[in-house]
Amino acid sequence: MKKFKWLVPTVYILFLMLPIYWLLNMSFKTTTEIINTYSLWPQKFTFENYITIFTDSTWYTGYLNSIYYVVMNTILSVAAALPAAYAFSRYKFLGDKHLFFWLLTNRMAPPAVFALPFFQFYSSINLFDTHVAVALSHCLFNIPLAVWILEGFISAVPKELDETAYVDGYSFWRFFIRIFIPTIVAGIGITMFFCFMFSWVELLLAKTLTAVAAKPIAATMTRTVSTSGYELGLLAAAGSLTIIPGAIVIYFVRNYIAKGFALGRV
Amino acid sequence: MNKTINQKAWFFVIPVFILVAFNAVVPLMTVVNYAFQETFGNNVFMWEGTRWFKQILRSERFHAALGRQFLFTGIILLIQIPLGIAIALSMPKKGIGVPICLVLMSMPLLIPWNVVGAMWNIFALPEIGFLGHTLNDLGFDYNFTQQIGDAWFTTILMDVWHWTSLVVLLSYAGLQSIQPAYYQAAEIDGASKWAIFRHIELPKMKKVLTIAILLRFMDSFMIYTEPFVLTGGGPGNATAFLSIDLVKMALGQFDLGPAAAMSLIYFFIVLLVCWIFYNLMMRNEEQK
Repeated sequence: MKKFKWLVPTVYILFLMLPIYWLLNMSFKTTTEIINTYSLWPQKFTFENYITIFTDSTWYTGYLNSIYYVVMNTILSVAAALPAAYAFSRYKFLGDKHLFFWLLTNRMAPPAVFALPFFQFYSSINLFDTHVAVALSHCLFNIPLAVWILEGFISAVPKELDETAYVDGYSFWRFFIRIFIPTIVAGIGITMFFCFMFSWVELLLAKTLTAVAAKPIAATMTRTVSTSGYELGLLAAAGSLTIIPGAIVIYFVRNYIAKGFALGRV
Repeated sequence: MNKTINQKAWFFVIPVFILVAFNAVVPLMTVVNYAFQETFGNNVFMWEGTRWFKQILRSERFHAALGRQFLFTGIILLIQIPLGIAIALSMPKKGIGVPICLVLMSMPLLIPWNVVGAMWNIFALPEIGFLGHTLNDLGFDYNFTQQIGDAWFTTILMDVWHWTSLVVLLSYAGLQSIQPAYYQAAEIDGASKWAIFRHIELPKMKKVLTIAILLRFMDSFMIYTEPFVLTGGGPGNATAFLSIDLVKMALGQFDLGPAAAMSLIYFFIVLLVCWIFYNLMMRNEEQK
């Protein structure tokens, strides 16, 4: 019994890898080969799809747009959430519990509910089709998440640390920047990872709020499916490339990812 | 932790408050606006009272979408939670296997949602996809674009593929926090495997599992992009979950009034369930 325990995770990982392999397999085929022949690996191995993506600006600007607003959103969310998480963790103040739950309700709001009003709202303040619009709109779910995770990490730091610093004559901001932030730097890293991740995978709002100038890669892909219909090879190559940023960042947080999903509360 | 009362803490919260309120309040008010009025464009509104709400609450279309949504969420919770726990229990506890498992298992979580849908589309298509082709070779008459049962099967399999790892990671983190002394004590007592699971591992996982169920409920109840790309809600309306139906109504048919009323009802249901969970979670935390 114990001998075969490794089988369970192995089979599970194989199941996870199979669709990803299939996507990679397709990305190295030409579209004609995909439609006409069924094969477990490319018969005529080609980089053509990837070359198209890296040379055609409608494709590669999609990646740049995505990365641009994701980074903007990550910095904005964490910077705003850090003092708020500290306040929620350390102090009682008027309406704190209600405010905390109100923040969470925004994480729970179905983006489909907000799609149309967001479009109208951002159009009316002249931010439609800008990176800022997407970065700001993703704050709707990323800030509550960031506050939630950071609050968990901050509550794990004993309050004595703050008090000792004050006794030693530190002012609040000097303490916060010189001592406190370095103490929870791991928590900040994980929070940034989660903000990055949820902004990267979200499409509904990003697509609603952009047309040309700030169009994310994921939306460029849906356009290809609906208009020319059968560019499957290109679609597969573009999809494969969207996996890479996630695969890179995940390596750095591999030991903390579970703690992050547990909202800093393991 | 003992918290000191400090009203100045509001200053720390203001940036977050402004940013979220900016995104939440105006759009939500727009929805409320549409929900109680009739509009013919050009900012001309007529008061309709609760007519849209009555219309939605009585409409069979909404009942069907709501039913599909609860069925879907129920099925994926019933599959993902036990499966996630089982996989976490059999994962290696130390050594090189740990980072390999964690990184590979997290992969699906980081793929943009429409890529997940597109990936499963080409994976499951009967002519060109591995899954579709294999199932048909084995003698099943499988075609998820035509048959309702197959569409459901594929959508559920896709969600299991996409999100089970979340439950695995959370359960694993819970298991890792158990001191070896507990296991040694259990061994001395001659406790069975089931007893160890029931009385040591499960209680330790209670907190993370509450979070897992909360997150999985919320996200599966809001699911839009993946089934939209995979099946487009079809065949017919068979996989048109609440969000898909809502977007169809609001952007496709431009029935803004009923769509807004439906949005509010939808939001209210999510809110209610999450409020219950949130209180459960906070109670867990206070016990600690």
